Amino acid sequence: MAATFQSPDFYRLDDLLTEEQKMTRDTVRGWVQDKVVPVIASHYQACTFPRDLVPEMAQLGLLGPTLPEAYGCAGMDQVAAGLVMQELERGDSAMRSFASVQGSLVMYPIFTYGSEAQKDHWLPRLARGEAIGCFGLTEPDAGSDPGSMKTRAERRGDAWVLNGTKMWITNGTMADVAVVWARTPEGFGGFLVEKGTPGFSAPEMKGKLSLRASVTSELIFEDCPVPEANRLPAARGLKAPLSCLNQARYGIAWGVVGAAAACYDEALRYARERIMFEGPIARFQLVQDKLVWMLNEITKAQLLVWKLGKMKDEGTLRHAQVSLAKMNCVWMARECARLARDIEGANGILDEYCAMRHMQNLESVYTYEGTHDVHKLVVGADITGYEAFRTVTAPVDR
Amino acid sequence: MNVLVCVKHVPDTETRVKVAADGLHLDLGEANWVVNPYDEYAVEQGLQLKEKLGGEVTVITVGGDDATKSLRQALAMGADKAVLCSDPAFEDADPWSTARILAAAAAKLPCDLILSGKHGVGGDNQQVGSLLGQLMGIPVVTVVTGMDLEGTSLMLKREIEGGTEVVKASLPCVISCQKGLNEPRYPSLKGIMAAKKKEITAWKAADLGLDPATLAPSFQLKKMELPPPRPAGKILSGEIPDQVKELVKLLHDEAKAI
Repeated sequence: MAATFQSPDFYRLDDLLTEEQKMTRDTVRGWVQDKVVPVIASHYQACTFPRDLVPEMAQLGLLGPTLPEAYGCAGMDQVAAGLVMQELERGDSAMRSFASVQGSLVMYPIFTYGSEAQKDHWLPRLARGEAIGCFGLTEPDAGSDPGSMKTRAERRGDAWVLNGTKMWITNGTMADVAVVWARTPEGFGGFLVEKGTPGFSAPEMKGKLSLRASVTSELIFEDCPVPEANRLPAARGLKAPLSCLNQARYGIAWGVVGAAAACYDEALRYARERIMFEGPIARFQLVQDKLVWMLNEITKAQLLVWKLGKMKDEGTLRHAQVSLAKMNCVWMARECARLARDIEGANGILDEYCAMRHMQNLESVYTYEGTHDVHKLVVGADITGYEAFRTVTAPVDR
Repeated sequence: MNVLVCVKHVPDTETRVKVAADGLHLDLGEANWVVNPYDEYAVEQGLQLKEKLGGEVTVITVGGDDATKSLRQALAMGADKAVLCSDPAFEDADPWSTARILAAAAAKLPCDLILSGKHGVGGDNQQVGSLLGQLMGIPVVTVVTGMDLEGTSLMLKREIEGGTEVVKASLPCVISCQKGLNEPRYPSLKGIMAAKKKEITAWKAADLGLDPATLAPSFQLKKMELPPPRPAGKILSGEIPDQVKELVKLLHDEAKAI
């Protein structure tokens, strides 16, 4: 809605933030309000990504905000970076997904596992938004279990040849560079595949009822040659791509708090203004129950992600802690979006309200970057020592 | 060109204002305080001049310690230096005293041009820029929506009733900025990090050679009240031609609009 967003801060958690963090948050909030909110519903309906906003996102420093200034990035702390994601996803999960992929899944692996030449070539371009990146790990038959991937890279002389198909790849069709993970004779490796490489195509996937303002693609490799210089030298085994996903999941945990806050703010305004039985519906106990549920969960999530960020800045964050946050925050955001839509009645299904768009987006977020259930089992494994998702049980023969 | 930009720390215009129990102050609750929106045009204009001509942009404010938030915002947008004029004697400064404080500070700073917003939201006095120019003995052009440098003069567009006026002013001068002059930039994340390292100079009355006794407000606020609530609207009924006649009559006799 046109009214300026009022973020819930029931426990004055703003007191936990530094001046720079608050200014970062307020800047991105203002930009999202001015540039994303007015156009996002029509992009969602048209199934298009607002690509014209990428240069502005780059100018603001939203692409890889924690990476060093030497590569044209801002060198922000993790809490500030989380707040960026929160504000982007308040606009739409597509905006946060774009920034997540560019920053956490493309710039981060190049920064962490790339050669000096790869870093110097790609990071400034990616930070300036002149190049767009995507991350190819998931396959049609390898989602939660990336170790079962079929895409393979074979050595041919000094180069590599890639064969296989990736699926559900955000930014794929518009990407200038794809960070692609494939089986190698040594295990698994990461490759930078440039747009236009022979044997590489990235058709857009159609028919989505969620994340409609985001580009989702297949990546197809048919005897696609990749020079050795484009292999990420320090990425060995699946730990490398999983470490990238951990970065992205951190951003998701923050991001969805923004989506939930947008839904709460909208539902609260609606409840105060909607007159039924000669008074605002906000006076009904059942409406208050929903609003309080939302505020309660949002407040807890705000505290959770702030502490998550502090641990990340300290370098003590464990992946199971990220899993718990991703699991909890997306779940609560999805519930908030549903409750908001419920409060808004029939109006809530219109695209002039944000609740249903967020709700549909969050259905994807709930199962991408590790499904809700797999994150639950990651935490389960952490506390019990048993990795439930790896247990293979032979079917009973009747 | 060295530009001095005057900014004010004000409550967000979306704040729901209540009059405090004493009837003399506003109860702003937990209002969000921001840079006066018109001052953002002034900051942006200063930055554009710097980018074109070189020099430095200094932002200045009269206010409490909390006003550093607005100075940091301007530094994050790209201003080079900031000055906070803060003193218990400045607390109830009226436009005249504020202009005197700014004039005393401007005399200590290298500046070829002074920019401000056309007015500060909240107080809405629209006086400080004009008084500042008067005190400094330099030209003042208000409500400016366009600016071009021609040699050592500025060609300025300003809004007047039903039209636009083009004014030439010699430097140094004071310009108050209006919406339409430019599109203020957002501070970038890099700008925010850089602002952290920039110094904010604090000046008290004594640093500016001002005698606190002379800064007492020149007028006294007697009472504040909110406008009366809007009365309910009137809906006419009956045949359309009769409604039109009734409407014209009401607009003429009651509303006195025609």
